[in-house]
Amino acid sequence: MMKQTELSELDAVTRRVRGKILELSHRAGTPHLASSLSCVDILVAAYWTALRVDPKKPDDPGRDRLIFSKGHAAMALYAVLAERGFVPPEVLDAYCVDGGKLAEHPSPGCVPGLEVATGSLGHGLSWAVGLALAARLLKRESRVLVIMSDGECEEGSTWEAALMAPAHKLSAITAVIDYNKWQATGRSNEIMALEPLARKWESFGWEAREVDGHDLRALSAELAAPQDPRGRPRAIIAHTVKGKGVSFMQDDNNWHYRSPSDEELAAALRELGLA
Amino acid sequence: MRNAFAAELTAIASEDPRVMMLSGDIGNRLFDKFKAAFPERFYNCGVAEQNMMSVAAALASCGLRPIAYTITPFVTMRCLEQIRVDVCYHGLPVVIVGIGAGLSYASLGATHHSMEDVACLRSLPGMSVVCPGDPVETRLALRAALKSPGPVYLRLGKKGEPVVHKAPPDFTIGRGIVLKSGTRVCLLSTGTLLPESMSAVDELDRSGLTTGLVSFHTVKPLDDALLCDVFSRFELVVTIEEHGLIGGLGGAIAEWLCDRKPQKARLCRIGGPDAFLSEAGGQEYARKRLGLDAEGIAARVLRSLNQ
Repeated sequence: MMKQTELSELDAVTRRVRGKILELSHRAGTPHLASSLSCVDILVAAYWTALRVDPKKPDDPGRDRLIFSKGHAAMALYAVLAERGFVPPEVLDAYCVDGGKLAEHPSPGCVPGLEVATGSLGHGLSWAVGLALAARLLKRESRVLVIMSDGECEEGSTWEAALMAPAHKLSAITAVIDYNKWQATGRSNEIMALEPLARKWESFGWEAREVDGHDLRALSAELAAPQDPRGRPRAIIAHTVKGKGVSFMQDDNNWHYRSPSDEELAAALRELGLA
Repeated sequence: MRNAFAAELTAIASEDPRVMMLSGDIGNRLFDKFKAAFPERFYNCGVAEQNMMSVAAALASCGLRPIAYTITPFVTMRCLEQIRVDVCYHGLPVVIVGIGAGLSYASLGATHHSMEDVACLRSLPGMSVVCPGDPVETRLALRAALKSPGPVYLRLGKKGEPVVHKAPPDFTIGRGIVLKSGTRVCLLSTGTLLPESMSAVDELDRSGLTTGLVSFHTVKPLDDALLCDVFSRFELVVTIEEHGLIGGLGGAIAEWLCDRKPQKARLCRIGGPDAFLSEAGGQEYARKRLGLDAEGIAARVLRSLNQ
């Protein structure tokens, strides 16, 4: 169980990360702000409480892997990797600068700690299957965490991977679905019949869990839970709010594409206690 | 080619513990020896090629040497985006093996024909495209592909193709193999049509020509030195492929030719039309129908020479 002091420290981390995401979107005028804000708590719980990773040895073969399959929310990943010490903070200054390393979707090797270049949806879970099989063959203890969007559950390839992982008892895999209930142009469960989402994963042979995707304590407990003794991979449906953390962005899908004005940025940072 | 591939794969796997085999639910019994010797290195990935390709990329990212294997259209076009993003964008050494190149599986219908795969894969950054001409080249190409630092597409036929090379030739990806020298006409044959091209050479030589023949197994990267040589010496250079004319070897060499000062030789491209072959029939029939048998090739060369 996470201590109260640790929890308040992590809460401060999530505020700084959200502030950084807002600044990046504001400065570069880039979209996917709300998608980035919805997964911050999942990323922070993963990088601070669950993953065995060392920012000083980002390529350690025995490390746990985090595959950020919803690559459109790369601002969140960049901000987290900087806050966690993988990337010097000034590297983020080059976000979306002409000729710079950090694009709107992460390119291979663009920053230390980035495992897989993503952006095309529905690839991450298959990577997890491959990495888990490699770990098994190479006798490594690595666990693989995949952070996916709810929209990605519409890709057929996601379900191909979902069929293969239980067939080989890849309990080293945990897939977290950032279920913010929106995709680019509408409600995800109206555009496609995603529900019942947890039962879909269960019926595919996964251990499905549901959690408040903004509750750091609950996320941490789920992410650090031991592997299923029956060998099932784990799907965590993290119920989240798109645009989480800023009152006038929360659950407003206009912020899928919009970036904040000077005034909006200032107001958002004030809400986060950063200004 | 299929049996040569399986036998060579098993041999290589005993030398290199990094080699892994992923199959898209084909090759029943073909890989029994591999599976018996290395059960932990064989995965039947089911009828799910997109997933198989990303899994292969992930394995390669951990230092393993995966082969992704299934019927040609499904291991290329069905999962083209996974090849592009997961394999090529990450520059990973995955060996993609398509079985049933061109019209090898003609009788199965056009869903199983593969006349566009080279065009698709050739366009991907960093991808090598290798089309062995016989079982001997298949073995050598597999060895070379597994040593390549980047992704390689190996385009194979089916089983029972005749052996062309009496002894193993020097084989390097990107270097054509000269099988016969000639004077006015030189045939550049890629992949499965090599035996037909050999027979076409015999026919042409009977009509008084001295026809050159190259097994031009690598469509990408092109053998620049060899092309410079043949286009400067011959009168007619002919590309032969069991693939559509759009974007295959002929297309690649046409692009190559455009970027150079005028050469002595003209280019004649022999390949499939911009159409599906929707009627029933075996490979021999389908080749004849499209003018890709020895007789059709020879006739086309003579027509082109006399134009």
